[in-house]
Amino acid sequence: MATPETETASTSPLSIYDLTVAYHRKPVIWDVEFDIPAGSLVGVVGPNGAGKSTLLKAAMDLIPRASGRVSVFGKTYRQNRHRVGYVPQREGVDWDFPVNALDVVTMGLYGKIGWCSPVRPSHRRAAMEALSRVGIAELAKRQISQLSGGQQQRTFLARALVQDADLYLMDEPFAAVDAATEKAVVEILRDMKDDGKTSVVIHHDLQTVPDYFDYVILLNMRVVAHGPVADVFTPENLNKTYGGRLTLLDEVSNAMRRRDRSL
Amino acid sequence: MIGMLGETGWSWQLDGWIVLVAILCAVASALLGCFLVLRRMSMLGDAISHAVLPGLAVAFFISHSRSSLPMFIGAVIVGILTAFFTEWIHRVGRVDKGASMGVVFTSLFALGLVMIVQAADKVDLDAGCVLYGSIELTPLDTMSLLGFEIPRAVITLGIVTVINLAFVLFFYKELKLSSFDPSLATTLGFNASLMHYLLMILVAVTAVASFESVGSVLVVAMFVVPPAAAYLLTNQLGMMLLLSVLLAVSSAFLGHLGAIHVPSWFGFQSTTTSGMMAVAAGAIFLITMLCSPSQGVLVKLIRRQALSLQIIADDVVAVLFRREETEGEEPKSASVTENELIEIIFCGRWSLRLVLRWLDRRDEIRMHDNRVELTEKGRLRAQNLVRSHRLWERYLQDYAGVDPSRVHPQAEKLEHFTDPRLRQQLNSETDAPQIDPHGRPIPDEPDFDSNID
Repeated sequence: MATPETETASTSPLSIYDLTVAYHRKPVIWDVEFDIPAGSLVGVVGPNGAGKSTLLKAAMDLIPRASGRVSVFGKTYRQNRHRVGYVPQREGVDWDFPVNALDVVTMGLYGKIGWCSPVRPSHRRAAMEALSRVGIAELAKRQISQLSGGQQQRTFLARALVQDADLYLMDEPFAAVDAATEKAVVEILRDMKDDGKTSVVIHHDLQTVPDYFDYVILLNMRVVAHGPVADVFTPENLNKTYGGRLTLLDEVSNAMRRRDRSL
Repeated sequence: MIGMLGETGWSWQLDGWIVLVAILCAVASALLGCFLVLRRMSMLGDAISHAVLPGLAVAFFISHSRSSLPMFIGAVIVGILTAFFTEWIHRVGRVDKGASMGVVFTSLFALGLVMIVQAADKVDLDAGCVLYGSIELTPLDTMSLLGFEIPRAVITLGIVTVINLAFVLFFYKELKLSSFDPSLATTLGFNASLMHYLLMILVAVTAVASFESVGSVLVVAMFVVPPAAAYLLTNQLGMMLLLSVLLAVSSAFLGHLGAIHVPSWFGFQSTTTSGMMAVAAGAIFLITMLCSPSQGVLVKLIRRQALSLQIIADDVVAVLFRREETEGEEPKSASVTENELIEIIFCGRWSLRLVLRWLDRRDEIRMHDNRVELTEKGRLRAQNLVRSHRLWERYLQDYAGVDPSRVHPQAEKLEHFTDPRLRQQLNSETDAPQIDPHGRPIPDEPDFDSNID
C-alpha cells in the first residue's frame, strides 16, 4: 500500500492517482486517476459492478487498496479526515437499531465531541437545526425503522450537514427516495456548493445528471472519462461506459487467479 | 417475601453471598451482552466462554497450579484469539460468520477438553465444574478485605462489573456509533475494529471471571437473554441497557429462590442455582416476548381482536343507517334483529353480543325485544362511516381507476380506517360529490364529531 507522507502539489478536494482495488485478487477498480475541482458538484456514474462504492470506500481507507494514492486537500486522507463527510448507502445500516432520528444526526458530531466526552445539549440543538433544514424536525424522536425511505435518507443528509465537512462523499443518496426528497436533497447539495463545499455523489439516473451536477466521472472499472458535464457527458462516452464490461480486463484477472491457484 | 425466605432457612451469610455473586455476574454480562445482541454476534459470547477452556488447561500445565492469575491470563488470551480467528476465517476463508465461529470454538473447546482429561489424573480440574460451576460453594472461599471476610468470587466479579460499567459509560457514544455504523465510526476517527476488540477482551475477561463461580451456562445465558428481552421492550439504547441490567438482577434473584423452592414442590432436593438462573432468564424472556408493548405476541393478539370487534361495531351501525335510508319514513327509524345482523355481517354470535353490549353502554344503540335501533349518537357515527364509504367509492372509481365491480369491497375495508382529516382530504380531492357511483346520496359531514373516537 503506497501512502506517501509528502504533500502533493495539488490542493484539490479529492485527488486520486493510480488507484487499484481488488477483492480476493480480482480487481474491482483499475488504475483510477482524477482530480476534482474545488466547490463543484460531482456525479459518479457507471453500470452496476463498476466499482463506484468501492472507489469511495477506498478513498476513505475503509477497504484496503492494492496500489495508488489518495490526497484530500493536498494531504493524506488520515490527516484531513475531519474535513471529509461520508453518507453511506441506506441498505448498509441496521434500521432496527434502538436509536431515533436525532441520535443518528448527533452521531455526525461525535468526531468533534471527541473520545469519551458526552453529548451536550448544544450538540443536540445543532442536530435539531440540521433536521429542520432537511424538513423532518417533527420526526426527531421517531425510531429510525419507523421512518420512510425518503425520511431515512434525509436523516443521513442532516447528519452530513452537522459534520460541517468540506468534502462530502455520498453513496447513492437518491436511491429509492420519493420525488419530494429528491428535490430537497438536490436543493441542499446546491446550498452546500454555494457555501464552497465539494460533493462527490454516486448517481444512477442518467437523465438528471446534466441538471444536478457540473462535473462528472464516468466509471466502469476504470475512469472512462471525467470532466465538466458539458464536455464529458456525451453519447460516445456513455456508450463506452455502459457498453458491456471490459472483457479483456476480466480475462486477464481470471488468468491471474488461475495462475495463483495452480502455484 | 421475607417471611418466605425465613421459612426455608434462608441465611444471609450463605444465600446472600450466592445471590450477590449471581447478580454481579449477570450484570457484568448483560452490560456487554446488549452490544453483542445489537451487533448480531450474540453467539460470540457463547463461543468465547467455551473456547477459553484450552487457555485454562495450558495455563495449568505451565504454572502447575490452580492459582487464579495464570489461569485468568491464559483464558483471556485464548478468548481474544477466538474473536480474532473467527474474524480471520470469515474473511480469508470466505465462510459465513456463524460457521466460522462454530469451527473455531468447537475445535478449541474440544482441544481444551482433551487437555483437561489428560490432566485429570493429576488434579481436580473438573470439566463438569466448567459447565455449570459451583456457585453454591462460593461463600466458603473467602479472603479478607478491609477487615471483612468476603468471598473471593464477589471481589473478582465485583471488579469485573465495575470495569464493564465504566467501559459502557465512558465509551457509550463510541459503542453506539461503532455498533450502528462501523464505517461511519471509522471515517469519524473512531476505529471500529479497535472498539470491536476492546469489547471482545472484556467479554473474555467476564466469561473467565464468571467461570469458576457460575460456569459457562449462566454466562452465556446472561450475555444474550436479558439484553434480548430488553431489546423487545424499548427502542432507546440507554433504556435497553438499564432494562437488561434490571432483568439480569431479577433472573439472578428469582433463579436462586427457584433453585431452593421449585424442586421441593416435586419432592426433590434443591437444584443447581446457576442452571435455575438461566432458566429464570429464559422464562423472563418468554414473558417479555408475549407481553412486550410493541412486539408482544399477546399484545398483538389483543390488538387484532379489538380491531375486529371495532369493525363489527362499525358494521352494525352502518347496517342500521342504510336501513333507515331505504325504508325509514320521517322521523327515520329502523331496527334489526341479532340473527339478521349475523347473516349480514358474517360474524360470530358471541362477538356480536359483546359488541352490542358495548354499543349499548356507549349509548349508540337501543335494544328492546331483541331488536336493535340507532340512537342519535350512533347515527352520527354511522353517518361518518357511510360518508367515508361512499367518498371512497367515488375516489376509487373516478380517480384511482378501480374496476366498478371492485370499489364496494375496497371501500368496505377502507371506511374503518378513515379519520375526519382523511375524509376532508377525500372530499376535496373528489370535488365534494353529492352521490356515490351507485347513485346513493353521500351524507353530509356531521357538524361536530367530538363524540366519535
